[in-house]
This record gives sequence, C-alpha cells and structure tokens, in this order.
Amino acid sequence: MTEIVDILISASFWAAVLRIASPLIFATLGELICERAGVLNLGIEGIMVFGAFAGWMAVYAGLGLWPGVLVALLAGMAFGALHALLTVPFGLSQHVVGLGITMLATSSAYYAYRLALPEVTSPPRIDPFQPLHIPVLSDLPWLGQALFSQTALTWAAFACAALVALVLYRTPLGLAVRAAGENPQAVEAQGLSVAAIRMGAVIVGSGLMAVGGAFLTMSAFSSFFFEMVNGRGWICIALVVFGAWRPGKALLGALLFAGFDALQIRLQQTPMGQLVPYQVFLMIPCVLSILALILMSRRAEVPAALMTPFNRGER
Amino acid sequence: MRLDPITSPSPARRLGLPALALGATVLVAMGLALVAGAEPLATLGLIVKGAAGTKFALLETLNRATPLIFTGLAVSVAFRARLWNIGAEAQLYAGALVTVVIGTQLGLPGPLALPLMALGAVLAGALVLLGPVLLKTRLGVDEVVTTLLLNFIMALFISYLLEGPLKDPMGMGWPKSPALPKDARLPRIIEGLRLHWGFALALLSALGVWVLQTRTTLGYEIRATGLNAEAARFAGIPVGRVLIKTALISGGLAALAGFSEVAGLKGNLTADLSPGFGYTGIVVAMLALLHPLGVVVSALFVAGIFVGADSMSRAAGVPTYIADILLATALLFMVLAILLTKVRVVRG
Repeated sequence: MTEIVDILISASFWAAVLRIASPLIFATLGELICERAGVLNLGIEGIMVFGAFAGWMAVYAGLGLWPGVLVALLAGMAFGALHALLTVPFGLSQHVVGLGITMLATSSAYYAYRLALPEVTSPPRIDPFQPLHIPVLSDLPWLGQALFSQTALTWAAFACAALVALVLYRTPLGLAVRAAGENPQAVEAQGLSVAAIRMGAVIVGSGLMAVGGAFLTMSAFSSFFFEMVNGRGWICIALVVFGAWRPGKALLGALLFAGFDALQIRLQQTPMGQLVPYQVFLMIPCVLSILALILMSRRAEVPAALMTPFNRGER
Repeated sequence: MRLDPITSPSPARRLGLPALALGATVLVAMGLALVAGAEPLATLGLIVKGAAGTKFALLETLNRATPLIFTGLAVSVAFRARLWNIGAEAQLYAGALVTVVIGTQLGLPGPLALPLMALGAVLAGALVLLGPVLLKTRLGVDEVVTTLLLNFIMALFISYLLEGPLKDPMGMGWPKSPALPKDARLPRIIEGLRLHWGFALALLSALGVWVLQTRTTLGYEIRATGLNAEAARFAGIPVGRVLIKTALISGGLAALAGFSEVAGLKGNLTADLSPGFGYTGIVVAMLALLHPLGVVVSALFVAGIFVGADSMSRAAGVPTYIADILLATALLFMVLAILLTKVRVVRG
C-alpha cells in the first residue's frame, strides 16, 4: 500500500495522468460529437493512426508543429467525410463502414510511411511540443510540476472539452446536433437538414480523433511507430458510454482512466509489481473499459436515434 | 438526396454494380502502384502471378485462405443475426491455445488427440464469445467494444503464457510453445503437396453453415433475429437464446482457424500466429454478402491479394500494405454497390 501512496503523492504521477489523458480526451470528444448526432464512428482507431502519422510526417517534412496539427486535423476530416458520405446519405451499416474506414486509414498510414521511409529500421524523431512554462503557476512547488508542466496540446484538449460542452448545450447548433441524434424527424420539421448536421458532426468529430492521434507522435513521443495507437480508439468508444454521452463526464472518465494507466505503469516498477507478469498490468486498461461498460449499462442514456439512418420522406 | 427502393432490379444492375466495385478497386491498386513509382499494369500482373501463377503460389493461396474461410464463416454467422462479433481474433487464439495445450501436454495418440484438440478449440472459442453475448442479452452492453477489447486482452494473455508456463524450454529463449508431436498434426491432403486437411475441414464447415442457415429452424431463427429482432420476438422466437447459440457457433468457427493453423501449418503457437485473420474475416464475410459458400470464394480472393501482394512487393518494391488498402477499398466500394442495386438515388 505504501507504494501506491508514494506514487500518488509524486508530482510526476499527476503530470503523467494529464499527458496520458490528452489523446483520449480529443478522441473521446470526437466520438461523442458523432454519436450525439446519431452516428457511431468505428473509424476512430484508424483515424487516430492516420492522424498520428500525418501530423508527425508533416513536421518531419519541414512544417511547423501547429501546421502539423492542422494537417492531422484535415486528414481526419477527410476520412470523416468518407465515413459520413457512406453512413449518412447512403445509410450504410455504421459497423461495417466504420471498420472499413479503420482498415483503410491504418493501412494508408502504413503504406505512406513505408513509401516515405523505405529503409529505416528505427523511425526518425521530430522536435515535439515542449512543456509550456506558465509564469508563477509552473514555478509553484509540487503543483507546478504536477499540473502546470504540460504541452500546449494538453491545454488544447481541456479547452476543447469546454468548447464542445459549450457548443453542445448553449448554442442552437448544439441543440440541432443533439436533436439529430435523438429525434431526427423533429429536426426536419424545423426545416433543418439532418443529413447536413450529421455529416458535419462526423467530419468535425473525426478531425478531433486525428488530433488525438497526433498528440501521440507530436507531444507524448516524437516518432511514429506501427501499432502505437494500440486500441486507444476502442477505449475511447467505451469512455463515451462511461461518460453518458456528456463532454464533462467523458473528460472525467478520460482522467480517471489515465490515472489507472499511469498507476499501473509505476506499479510495474515496484518490488511488489515485479512479482506479477507485466501483461496483467497492460490488460488493466481494457479490463477497466469493459467494467465501465457493464457499470454504466443500467444507466444508459444512449442517443435515441444512434445507429438509425434517416431517409427523408420515409417513416 | 433521397433513396427510393427499386422493387425488381435488372440483372445488369445486380451484376454490373458489384463488377464496377471490383473494377474501381483495381483502379485504386494501379493508382497506389503509380504513387510508389512502379508500373501499374506490371504491378497488377505481379500480384496475379504471385497469387496463382505457379503451383507453389496457388498452394500458398489455398493455405492462406484456410483460416480466412473459418473467420469469414464466424463473422457471417454472427452478422446474419446482427451480432457484431469483432472478436474472431481472440477466439482464434483461444482455439490455437487449447489445441497446443491438449496436443503437447496430454500425450494422447494422434487419432485420439486430433479430434479432442479440435473439439477443445471449438469449446474455447465459443466460451470466449459467450461472455460478450451474455453481457449483451442480460445487460444490454454493446458487443462491438467488448469483443474488440477482448482481442487485446487475449493477445496479452497469450504473450504471458508464451513467456511463462507455456514457453518451449528448447526454444532458445524465443516466446513460443513446444511443438506438437508428429502424430498430433493434421496430415497433408495429398502427399507431397503443401496443403493440409484444415482446408478440407474449412470447406466442410462452409457446407455445414450453409445447411444450418437454409435447412434448419435455428437458421431461420437466426435470419429472423437479424432482420428484425423486435418482430422476431413478437413472433415467439427466443431472441436471447438464438443470439447465444449464434455466438457459440460463431466463436467455435473462429477457433477452428486457430486449430487449423497450429495443427495443420505451424505446429506450435507463437504470438504472431495470426496477422489479423480475425479482422480480415469481416472483409471476407462482407464481400461474400454473408453467404457461407460465397465466403469460400471471397476467402480465396482475399488470400490471393495477400499472397500476391507479398510476392509483388519483393519484386517491385511496392509496400505490402497495398493489400490491406485494397481490401478496405473493396469492402467500402462493395457495400455501396450492393446498396445501389437495391435503391435509386433521387434528388430532393
């Protein structure tokens, strides 16, 4: 137990929690926007992979860090547009299209990587985002290191959560998005286009997923590896359910999840942790996600029209 | 835009649009070759030649198709009932694991060991999918995410076993299981040709699934559940029980892929036994429109692309990931083409 307490009072643990949570926050918000509008986006895993690749590659090719994030965002939106086109106006199975997008985006990233760097065995590094020094706050003892030693992208993730909550609950646009996922007939009755709202939501949401992926290569690490997203996208889908489709709760879920992840990494290093196979620790995130789904199943607040295609004129 | 159903699509529409989807995929292949600085037509030729140009290539394609038939069948059985089993990968490894454990630890004679290995594998695969389906029917937990996450959990579990209790003491430190004894391995169908009885078992399974779906009550119930679960429930079909039975069959089929790979081809278990056969099974099943006999054809097609791309990549220097891109595009084009055989796009 003392080992756990030691970990919990170390500043580096809390810094790690925020760092691990950041990509999850971006991608979970992205998925949440899609689902709130009524579209399940299983393209998330592949879009994160492509975002991780595209942002990193752009910087490696000479662009700045922020333009690199923009490249990732646009690439994610492009895959989102394809997903949206197939699932919204054509109303194709969101499961099949989503998995297809994940395969397409993942393999495209790997293909492009091999084309760009045919010979390398260890991937080249870029200069990633550096921790932002905030006057006064970053210099506070303990707190400065624990909470105020993050890169600009982490702050952007938190700002994003606030922005998504604001738009979703305080603007007519947000109302239209939520209504498209709850009662599309009512949206059409208002003279708005369900198709346009849903497509817009999927495109924007997919852009955020790609930025979440880009965080991995541009802030957390500085290179692109195959398999680096490693199921994070699927975990984000569980986080949306865990957060009851609300941005605030989803943010808390991502932080909680990151807390467990940061804890297991550190527990592996302790003498007690050495007795347990490391694979058990690595399973914890997946097991927690399944437990979260079970826990929330009783209190489901699923958008009523999630996964129901809307064909105008059909009842 | 709006979609209007077509009551009786013309044969030209029903055959032309899927053909167009395949043609579009070929165009994508040529485009990708061009991007890689290779000659597009020559690249296509190399893929076809690598997949079926020689006896060796053809046998390689049949071998690669074997696990894909099993996982394709597993997916098609489940998707028919709208049970989204994305966990064929985990079920495959569960089957492979039990195959190795029975084959290496019990010391049974071959004629007894092989059936027991297959049976144990089927049970293990069925059990792996039973959890998610019970969570779905009892608590309404979405099976997409649970089956997906189980793939990762199973991969870690296998990795642990291969580095721990199941590690081959003679393996020079590599994380692999001990090899099956000679008589606990699936023999070749024809002596001298590198094709094992797993392939025959796969064909037999396809036939079995076809009989199940077209000639049995359960097959009817599975289809009814998939078409409209509410209506099926109203008609007195025990939807929950049907889903559980579907899951047991689906998980068992996926596990047979693991059994056949271990007992027929590799002889032992490693963490890279499957390069995503479980996920590729989804493409196989969708390209076959979930038809069990179609799964055989589409598995051969998909295996051909993989084997052909591998061989082409060595010769032309185009990355092998071209195969995965082509499968994804074929999948997306095909589902769109199939939709457009049934509906017309109308403005307004």
